[in-house]
Amino acid sequence: MPVEYTERGMLKYTKKLIERFKNPKNVGEIENPTVVATEGDPTCGDMFKMFLKIENGRIEDVKFLSFGCAANIATGDMTADLIKGKTVEEAGKLQIKEIADGLGGLPAIKMHCATLAYRTLKKALTKYKQKQAGGAQARPKG
Amino acid sequence: MRAYLDNGATTPVAKEVVETMLPYFTERFGHPTFLYSLGQEAADAVDQSQKTIARTINAKSGEILFTSSATEANDIALRGVVYANRKRGNHIITTKIENPSILRTCERLEGEGFKIDYLPVDGEGFVDVSKLKEKLNDKTILVSVANVNDEIGTIEPVEEIGKLLRDQKEKIYFHVNAAAGYARVPFDVEQIGADLVSLSAHKIHGPKGVGALYIREGTPVEPVSYGYISLFKLKPGTENIPGIVGLAKAAELAFDGFERHTNHMKKLRDKLISGFERVPYSVINGPRGDKRSPANASCSFKGLEGESMLMHLDLNGISVATGSACSTTKLEPSHVLTAIGVKPEVAHGTIRFTLSRYNTEEEIDYTLEVVPRVVEQLRKISPVKPEEL
Ligand code: FES
Repeated sequence: MPVEYTERGMLKYTKKLIERFKNPKNVGEIENPTVVATEGDPTCGDMFKMFLKIENGRIEDVKFLSFGCAANIATGDMTADLIKGKTVEEAGKLQIKEIADGLGGLPAIKMHCATLAYRTLKKALTKYKQKQAGGAQARPKG
Repeated sequence: MRAYLDNGATTPVAKEVVETMLPYFTERFGHPTFLYSLGQEAADAVDQSQKTIARTINAKSGEILFTSSATEANDIALRGVVYANRKRGNHIITTKIENPSILRTCERLEGEGFKIDYLPVDGEGFVDVSKLKEKLNDKTILVSVANVNDEIGTIEPVEEIGKLLRDQKEKIYFHVNAAAGYARVPFDVEQIGADLVSLSAHKIHGPKGVGALYIREGTPVEPVSYGYISLFKLKPGTENIPGIVGLAKAAELAFDGFERHTNHMKKLRDKLISGFERVPYSVINGPRGDKRSPANASCSFKGLEGESMLMHLDLNGISVATGSACSTTKLEPSHVLTAIGVKPEVAHGTIRFTLSRYNTEEEIDYTLEVVPRVVEQLRKISPVKPEEL
């Protein structure tokens, strides 16, 4: 519909991004995930859900669902690839810039989509750590 | 297979239009204000084009001004009229669902001290004329309402509005942005009582960069830009002769087969709409039947996001537009969908399909084959359940 662009090429996607959007490898759900986290994007009304399978502190599998734009699907898929096989510690150090760089860059207006995937990951990791801590406390001492 | 279904954004230029335009670049390239025959040929072409356009809306040829776009026509109409009438009043009435070209100019006018009322619309996008009546006061100088909404295809009761305004003691100028409605629905300036009407060439298979503004004889309009005046005081600069000729030819073609073209579009539109209705959790936006533009089908597919849908359709050769927040620079859902009460989560999955006389039944069949597939695919990867929206 009549969309107003103020900058030329504002919504131009890279080939890499479109490829990922077309064939995302990590969409879907994990049965019996270790953690699930959902985040919404207040700016555009988007929803992002991430499933992690973590074994011995290592992320064995990642899947995600997106109610969002092409950039969101692509950044979700990129994020999943970047953390798969990493330890929880390492995944916690992931930067938004790495996600964007992995896609050959993101239009400025679409940076918040990467942020959404990133925030969901952070939330999932926090949940995992809380679960771990909770589990440790629950275990009888000695 | 390809299907271009974003004719509300722009249309392909008709071959006949290109052919008519070409000589005006290379052979009949004269400047219309010069006396030698080349110049006069250009001036004649402008005269002829004015006549052609005037005929299509029942106007007089001297009432047609050529502009660079409908956007510019809107700007000249709004600012030109209110500046010329500011001594009498400062109140303007428009609607919440106008094209951004109207809304941006209104915002600017607000900054200059004009008071603007933006009328709400009902769930199908109709303006309530009695609400408009309530807003009229002795400071009202201009009312601007598009005859066809460009996003959801609602045909507004402009005739009723025109009548209401004519019944007022003081003259209230009536502007109609007909960019989306021109050559889609009949338009008669006398019947409607419009004082200003904006038209666009590139939405009716004419070239980009040309529009027109009908200005009823005797309507005071102050220039909003200045400089070298060629033929028209309100539009300084040398005229875009090939473009003007192209607009006239495009109008001629569209109106020559008006019934045929619009019936064809209606048939395709209704086929699209009933096809979308068969997709689960889909909602048609705007009215059905005669009160809807023949060229517009708008549908919200719940549980998915429109920009992803747009891109998947593009990968299948289908071009459409979306009302999703993700596709705008402001990251807000379409103001029209919001005004008709569509929830942001539902607006998220809205696609606009707009037709032209060149679309074929095969293209529509193909679209109806692809759309449900893409909808299903995107719903599968969405964390939001369509039945919960
Ligand atoms: S998810 Fe809304 S803009 Fe990317």
